[in-house]
Amino acid sequence: MDSLTSAASVVAAGLAVGLGSIGPGIGQGSASQGAVEGIARQPEAEGKIRGTLLLSLAFMESLTIYGLVVALVLLFANPFS
Amino acid sequence: MAPLPLALPFAALEVGQHLYWQLGNYKIHGQVFLSSWVVIGALLAVVVVGTRRLERDPKGVQNLLEFLWDYLRDIAREYIGEKAYRDWLPFIGTLFLFIFVSNWGGALIPWKLIHLPSGELGAPTADINTTIALALLVSLAYFYAGLSRKGFRYFEYYVEPTPIMLPFKIVEDFTKPLSLSFRLFGNILADELVVAVLAFLVPLVVPLPVMFLGLFTSAIQALIFATLAAYYIGEAVHEEHH
Repeated sequence: MDSLTSAASVVAAGLAVGLGSIGPGIGQGSASQGAVEGIARQPEAEGKIRGTLLLSLAFMESLTIYGLVVALVLLFANPFS
Repeated sequence: MAPLPLALPFAALEVGQHLYWQLGNYKIHGQVFLSSWVVIGALLAVVVVGTRRLERDPKGVQNLLEFLWDYLRDIAREYIGEKAYRDWLPFIGTLFLFIFVSNWGGALIPWKLIHLPSGELGAPTADINTTIALALLVSLAYFYAGLSRKGFRYFEYYVEPTPIMLPFKIVEDFTKPLSLSFRLFGNILADELVVAVLAFLVPLVVPLPVMFLGLFTSAIQALIFATLAAYYIGEAVHEEHH
């Protein structure tokens, strides 16, 4: 692999994870905010809220993970090398 | 699949290096098979030991198994529905237990003590082939569930509530296994990578909290996979009330 491709791949891997974690971060923040407000208003519903929160957090998390998969492909299984 | 020629040994973690076995025309990743067999063996041993002498008030392993059964039945019943969950409880339960024990086994069993000629042992779910196989099984399962319960009326689901939804529902059939497999694979591989990089930088104490976080997320991922599988099957067998 020539050095330009390697440099571009490393930069792109960093950007993929870094930019890809902004949106899910904001989303997880507002989801947790909603859950905390829900628990504060209705403490008896905590179990149900926690289950739903974990499930939706994992959905948002997977968006970042897609970025990570792209980064890993660029680093370890680069199609252009 | 050659790794980048990095100057540093990349935390002694070999991504993209495998122990290849030749099977006919196929090259298979031997280390995944070895660790999967260990996981399957452990699960079988626990279940056989726990159910050999059943007692009226459960103790020890039988108690653990009954707790697991209750837990999985609750997941299946909540997402598949009262009518169909009995048919799919074994499938959901097997998925959950296999993924859970794979994830935790990859983190807790000291695989590094066993040296392979190439590649390294680890969680079977950190290999994309395992997760894609599991995700495709889920796809087959929900198609089978829908077709066997509703026949060709199953395809009404694609044009409900309006036919405009048709392309989205068709695309969804492809994105479901894609996201299931990538989510599990990415999470488990990311856990292993983070722990390996930290252990490479600071070998003592510092990686411990990250390891606990990894155990937590691995358990959640197993739960997510099982829940989503149950949800997809439930969606396929769901009857609209007109």
